[in-house]
Amino acid sequence: MAIDLLSFAKAVSSGEVRVIDLTQTLAQEFPTIVLPPELGQCAPFRIEEVSRYDERGPAWYWNNISVGEHTGTHFDAPIHWISGKDLPNNAVDTIDVRKFIAPACVLDCSTACANNPDFALTIPFVEEWEACHGKIEPGSWVLLRTDWSKKTYPDYAGLRDDGAHTPGPEPAVVKWFVEERDVHGFGTETIGTDFGQGHHFNPPYPAHFYMHGKGRFGLQCLTNLDLLPPKGAVILAAPLKIKQGSGSPLRVLALVAGAGK
Amino acid sequence: MMAQASIRKSYDGVIACAPVTVPYRRYSTNSAHWWIGRALHHLVKRAGIKPADIDGFCVSSFTVGPDTAVGLTQHFGLTPRWLDHIPFGGASGVVALRRAARAVQAGDADIVACVAGDTNHVDSFRKTLSTFSRFAQDAVYPYGSGGANASFALITKNYMNRYGAKREDFGKLCIAQRDNALAIPYAMMRKKLTLDEYMNARPIADPIHLFDCVMPCAGAEAFLVCREDTAKSLGLSGVRILSTVERHNAFPADPMQVRGGWALDVGELWAMAGLKSNAVDLVETYDDYPVIVMMQLEDLGFCKKGEAAEFVRTHTFANDGTFPHNTSGGQLSVGQAGAAGGFLGLVEAMRQLMGEPIGKPVADAKAALVSGFGMINYDRGLSSCAAILARA
Amino acid sequence: MTEPLVRPKRKNPLRRTRLPLSPQGVRSRTAHGLTAAAAEGRFALQVCLDCNAVVYPPRDACPSCLSARLPFRDVDNGGVLTAETTVQTSTDPYFRERTPWRVGAVKLDVGPVVVAHLHGDVVEGARVRLEFKLDRSGSAVAIALPEKDTPNMADDPHLREMTCDPKFRRVLITDGRTAVGQAMAKAFSDAGASIVFVGLADAWKPFPGYEELRRIDRVEIVPLDVTDTESVTEQAEQNGARIDIVVNTAEHVRPGGVIDRHGLTVAREEIDIRYMGLLRLAQAFGPVLRFRGADGVNSAAAFVNLISVHALMNWPQFGSYAAAEAAVLSAAQCMRAELRPGGVKVLNVFFGPLETEWFQTVPPPKVTPAALASAVIRALKQGVEDAFVGDVAEDIRQRLAVNPKALEREMAG
Repeated sequence: MAIDLLSFAKAVSSGEVRVIDLTQTLAQEFPTIVLPPELGQCAPFRIEEVSRYDERGPAWYWNNISVGEHTGTHFDAPIHWISGKDLPNNAVDTIDVRKFIAPACVLDCSTACANNPDFALTIPFVEEWEACHGKIEPGSWVLLRTDWSKKTYPDYAGLRDDGAHTPGPEPAVVKWFVEERDVHGFGTETIGTDFGQGHHFNPPYPAHFYMHGKGRFGLQCLTNLDLLPPKGAVILAAPLKIKQGSGSPLRVLALVAGAGK
Repeated sequence: MMAQASIRKSYDGVIACAPVTVPYRRYSTNSAHWWIGRALHHLVKRAGIKPADIDGFCVSSFTVGPDTAVGLTQHFGLTPRWLDHIPFGGASGVVALRRAARAVQAGDADIVACVAGDTNHVDSFRKTLSTFSRFAQDAVYPYGSGGANASFALITKNYMNRYGAKREDFGKLCIAQRDNALAIPYAMMRKKLTLDEYMNARPIADPIHLFDCVMPCAGAEAFLVCREDTAKSLGLSGVRILSTVERHNAFPADPMQVRGGWALDVGELWAMAGLKSNAVDLVETYDDYPVIVMMQLEDLGFCKKGEAAEFVRTHTFANDGTFPHNTSGGQLSVGQAGAAGGFLGLVEAMRQLMGEPIGKPVADAKAALVSGFGMINYDRGLSSCAAILARA
Repeated sequence: MTEPLVRPKRKNPLRRTRLPLSPQGVRSRTAHGLTAAAAEGRFALQVCLDCNAVVYPPRDACPSCLSARLPFRDVDNGGVLTAETTVQTSTDPYFRERTPWRVGAVKLDVGPVVVAHLHGDVVEGARVRLEFKLDRSGSAVAIALPEKDTPNMADDPHLREMTCDPKFRRVLITDGRTAVGQAMAKAFSDAGASIVFVGLADAWKPFPGYEELRRIDRVEIVPLDVTDTESVTEQAEQNGARIDIVVNTAEHVRPGGVIDRHGLTVAREEIDIRYMGLLRLAQAFGPVLRFRGADGVNSAAAFVNLISVHALMNWPQFGSYAAAEAAVLSAAQCMRAELRPGGVKVLNVFFGPLETEWFQTVPPPKVTPAALASAVIRALKQGVEDAFVGDVAEDIRQRLAVNPKALEREMAG
């Protein structure tokens, strides 16, 4: 059956297909990942005005920006992790562009996370979700809805004496996503796809280790996941075409058919 | 000071003549060049000569910059064979006389015009103060920028502390000078001064009050110096020079100035003239501040160091008084037209001796002492000089 | 008796702000030997190497023996106030609006007579201490102080014109996250600042000392990130007009050389936090500080830079850090000229290694944050421009003065 793209375009502008912005505004105040101070750090977003209808440029306004590949709402490519470093087409400029459009399954953990920043996603939790909504289709993004994006920045970052306390997946469930469900990638609202205390897991940072090790992708600092249906949304997530880039900030959009909730 | 015979060459055969004053104005938009030019014009007219006859030129001025004497030769169309620029402020008069007299004696020049002139724009005073000298720039002006008033206030305070002089003593001098100035039509100060007014005048820099300070103004003073036979052939009367002295940076080890260079040279001054201090009929001291007048009375031999206050209390200073002093009112009453203040006393002494004073005459004036002082470089006036003149 | 300063009332926002004026700062080159001494709080005069005469005012030949060898040497500053006067009227606009102004002649024990400003507590005929301080023009002037400290001495109006005393002034500590920033906040509170704004970036990142910082008297924590132009601009817009002293405590100490370091991201942080951070603070706060240089008891007074002494001579072990510090130093010198029309001082405080975490492996002597803070307060009260804190900084200062090339080799180990 021929796909009628023009009708699709019309459906978007009429609202029959809703476009939901899953992206946080790229701004200076937004928390970034914090690594031990001896290691290289992720650059925060910064913006310097070049001119604003003034003596530096009379009729125009523009800025220079500086940002890390992993600042704000961003995409992780397989080359980002040691486990994915030798895979073919593993950087943002070499990933097959078809992979930038994919359906999503949204796992709602918001209640479980409500008073528990150390919520760890497990296989049983996902199997329970599948019991309601059906199996996760191969090639789907798995997006972890925690409503973490609604928190104030200190709680959002969740930093304490022993590091970050934010929800994320256990090693077993990540391995299972890749080996048993052939997922497209893993996306979260938190800073990082991994459990805040993920450095204590075996392997450490399993979301990165297993996903990227198998050529899958990551999305972080998402928002508005509470506006998505458990299944049926199609995600547009195309990172900047940075030469050998490990990831980039990007605009993540979800297309959802039908009238709003 | 032990009187020794002078070994210096006398000034025989030299005459100073043609005293000229260009009447003072408080403020003038004209340049110093204009004022100096007016003085030259009057000199030439008075002497009945042509400008080209001036073959020697000596000038003193604070506001003639960026010119010096050289630029003025072209400015005024003079072609002198002897030229001197003497930026010595209050000492310029006697110093000009000394320079010109020796030039004329040596035959290096025949007719020397000695001129001091300054303009006074509304910002002249401030500008002159802030660039007066390197030491003033580095070590005085940044301290309250009170100008010479603040510097002389310190000298006055120290003198009063040390010798017990009182403000009333200074006041007596100022009041007497003011009386002498009443007959001078171009004097800046035109009213009689009372002791009350003097004591209650606005403080400038304690203990100096308004009437201890000269009023800066624009003006010029001048005279000619030539040989006696030249003066005779021109039909000009004048005065003879009996003696002169000059000194700069005297007593550098004195922590504060309580005496000027005259104290070093007073013996020579009287010895060269062959006179004693009671032989002069009038005294023109340099009166930038009354405390300096007192120092001159002491250092020129009229009383002992520290006793000038007593001298002031026991004398009267009107032109018909016991000690005719600053007989046209001095700068304190007439005004200080910049460097012309250094000529004021000399020109007035010449007039009195020649019998043609503008104000009240000193009866039968035969000999006069003129004293100059000036150039407060850091914390004291550096230059001092004096001349004894006689009716020719 | 000096009247103690009273905490100023709130500024009337409808009144015109008195603009800063400056006394004449022109000096001969030789006279700037005094400026060099005053900048560091030393009392130095020219002493003839050939006849030992002590000479003042500064000059180019000895008045006793005409020698040209007249270096400035630290000398005793005791003397007697011989005579004083009070200037009631002045042609200079700066002094004109500050009369009556006392000056006097001080006969120093070492010889010369110095015309000097007078502290209100000095009395004619009494012994005094003479000090050289930088006046509002940035050039050195002499001021006679009472022989022994008197009560409220620092509050004397003449003296306060030449110092940057934090008493009753409002201070901004740009970064309260570090031990130095926290020590600085406490020191200014103790020194009588009427408000101590403490900047904090990334409030979502906890750090030790936060609770104690919050509880310091008159501390008000404000958001401020020196790497974010918008943040700095916003803080200046909100509080700039009521900040009199800025102390830039933002730091970024990391080991590593120029060749001996892998990658440039840390260098970019060093430059962004230290050099660009200073530029942001300068552009945001500089104009309003300059504008308020004569704005009453709590006028804008100073911008304080904490600079590694290795800005003056690189220390390869922390070589990239030192290079960024050198950039800060040069920028601070530029700021000094730019702030001078406002009579606002730029105080550079140099130090060697600190007793802080990034200097952990460096052997002593090191400077504690409290000692650094205390040195800053002292320097502001003295009104100096350059202060060297701690043994290492002083050692480097001395070596630099004698043989910089030898020091360069010594720093490389």
